[in-house]
Amino acid sequence: MLPTSTLSSSAAPGSNSKPPHSHLELLELYRQMVLIRLFEEKCEELYQKGKIGGFMHLYIGQEAVGVGAVAARQPQDSVITGYRDHGIALAAGMTARVAMAEMLGRVTGCSKGKGGSMHLADINLKFWGGHAIVGAQIALAAGLAWADKFQRRDAATLCFFGDGATNISYFHEALNLAAVWQLPVVFICENNKYGMWTPIEKVSAVTEIRRKASAYAIPSDVADGMDLLDVRAKTAAALEHCRAGHGPYFLEVITYRFRGHSMGDQRAYRTPDEIRKWQAEDPIGKFEKVLLDAGVAPADIDKVDDDVKAVMADAVAFAEASPFPDDSEIWTNIYIEP
Amino acid sequence: MAGLSISKAIAQALAAEMERDSNVVVLGEEVAAFGGTYGATSGLLDRFGGERVRDTPISEGVIVGAAVGAAMNGLRPVAEIMGINFAFLAMDMIVNHAAKVHSMFGGQFRCPLVVRTTSGGGRQLAATHSQTVEHLFAHFPGLKVVAPATAADAKGLLKSAIRTDDPVMFVEQATMYSQRGEVPDDPDFLIPLGKSDVKRRGRHVTVVAYSKMVDISLKAAGELAKDGIECEVVDLRSLRPLDLDPVFESFKQTNRCVVVEESWRTYGVGSEVAARIYEECFDYVDAPVKRVAQKEVPLPYAGNLERAALPQVEDVVAAVKSVL
Ligand SMILES: Cc1ncc(C[n+]2csc(CCOP(=O)(O)OP(=O)(O)O)c2C)c(N)n1
Ligand SMILES: [Mg+2]
Repeated sequence: MLPTSTLSSSAAPGSNSKPPHSHLELLELYRQMVLIRLFEEKCEELYQKGKIGGFMHLYIGQEAVGVGAVAARQPQDSVITGYRDHGIALAAGMTARVAMAEMLGRVTGCSKGKGGSMHLADINLKFWGGHAIVGAQIALAAGLAWADKFQRRDAATLCFFGDGATNISYFHEALNLAAVWQLPVVFICENNKYGMWTPIEKVSAVTEIRRKASAYAIPSDVADGMDLLDVRAKTAAALEHCRAGHGPYFLEVITYRFRGHSMGDQRAYRTPDEIRKWQAEDPIGKFEKVLLDAGVAPADIDKVDDDVKAVMADAVAFAEASPFPDDSEIWTNIYIEP
Repeated sequence: MAGLSISKAIAQALAAEMERDSNVVVLGEEVAAFGGTYGATSGLLDRFGGERVRDTPISEGVIVGAAVGAAMNGLRPVAEIMGINFAFLAMDMIVNHAAKVHSMFGGQFRCPLVVRTTSGGGRQLAATHSQTVEHLFAHFPGLKVVAPATAADAKGLLKSAIRTDDPVMFVEQATMYSQRGEVPDDPDFLIPLGKSDVKRRGRHVTVVAYSKMVDISLKAAGELAKDGIECEVVDLRSLRPLDLDPVFESFKQTNRCVVVEESWRTYGVGSEVAARIYEECFDYVDAPVKRVAQKEVPLPYAGNLERAALPQVEDVVAAVKSVL
């Protein structure tokens, strides 16, 4: 029921009709989450084999945030995030092939092998990266939205960042500017409770992150990051707020990462109990139940699982068959004009 | 041609480029309603309106951050940072983002951004407000760094900086805004980035400088000429891309060089110029390349101390005599 060709292309953004959702629509959202999960598991494997280098941050456990939020956008809306970007990139419509090729440092990658895991981007999808300096994307998002507003483009920007990023100056400067200039940005804090190994209570005076937005008179809401439809509905409402010209909106999404901060993170800063408790809330398992309750046939769900496996096998084969950039590429893309 | 102050020349350049391209926007602290701390954006708000000329909060990080984001998304922002000492608060945005979004994402993004700012000592503002640090930014591939010495250069270079698709740090010297010079009226008057300029011809010693130190060097050259010593004064104008061809050409005639910079000597522009001369012109060297620079101290407040720490005409005169 889902031909392979649609599996590797972007979901039609903006198909945010109110529930009840069509089976096709539910299956598409489910497909995106499964794609991210399998993509991340494959990355984990390839990293351990030494085929992926650098720092790598997995999105496992947070899939419903990226997929739910990005599903609410219109094609003209922008998306920007931090270094934990694989899931957002795929949700924004990047193909697994192009993303995997970037992971492996190949010239067919989205950034021609110059960015790696933390710097995925595709200008044609209005996915502006992948930024590895904590919080920088929050300031950049203000600028993206300013340009849209200036050009009267009727577009908004979805800006993702972690709980840890809400303590950095960019966060405060950008929220203030966005409020003063009434910029169409949805600030989406993926509150997974930890910045690296430090729990939020130890480093943030306010742990209910959305309250920080009230300091800048930005309206806010909180969403359940394990519930895709909740994230999507609240992002859609936030986007409507922006589109109506009411300025920025703040969405705190409560979520959890099932893996370490980055690859090789073996530190014991979370109890096995805590991790188990959250894994029981697996956003994909929960969404599968939503599908079954809505009457989607189990065979259709299985079919999606199989299709995604095929897409991933194809993506890895494509990436591994792709050439590394030529050494001469170190000299390209430094300046546009000499 | 009209005798124009540097601040007026900059305002003219901004107005001309805003007229030419409706995507050129100006933002910064006090740039709109009050026309800029140094008057360089004066008149722009009335002429182009509040959407294109915007006062910002005192938030250097997001001034440049929003400018980079807007540049990526189609605008051509000119962001004013009140002083280069405050650019340290935007250092991450300038060097980690403006300089890298084009290359790190494989050429997908463009960052046609100008960060205008003011550098230099000489106003008794003490150590945190008097630094000359544009060379730090010139260290980074991906950025262009420009620092004009005359009103005409300021106008022509700023117009080119706004037109290039690459990010540019445009550094003005704080004590020079009222300095006047002849400036062409032609709205298409441009000076290319990355081209040095010989400001005075001479055959005995090559003096290399930029920004205010060009003025100091020319004054020194005037003094020295009275003793029959003819200096060739080369104004670098751009620190990156750095055009040393006129320096090498001159050095091959003079075989002697003095580099004058307002900043500290260590790891400075003079170090770079000297190293390049030794690499490219080794067989022509008749004396060690001499560097005139600020004393290696945080700049003090008291007028006499400040003067003692900054390079003066007599320091250049002495340096030139020492290489003869
Ligand atoms: C400015 C800066 N400081 C430190 C780091 C190193 N660092 C990378 S991720 C991270 C934790 C961020 O936590 P959070 O914002 O909660 O995002 P999460 O990783 O949980 O998604 C840190 C400290 C960095 N990349 N940038
Ligand atoms: Mg976190």
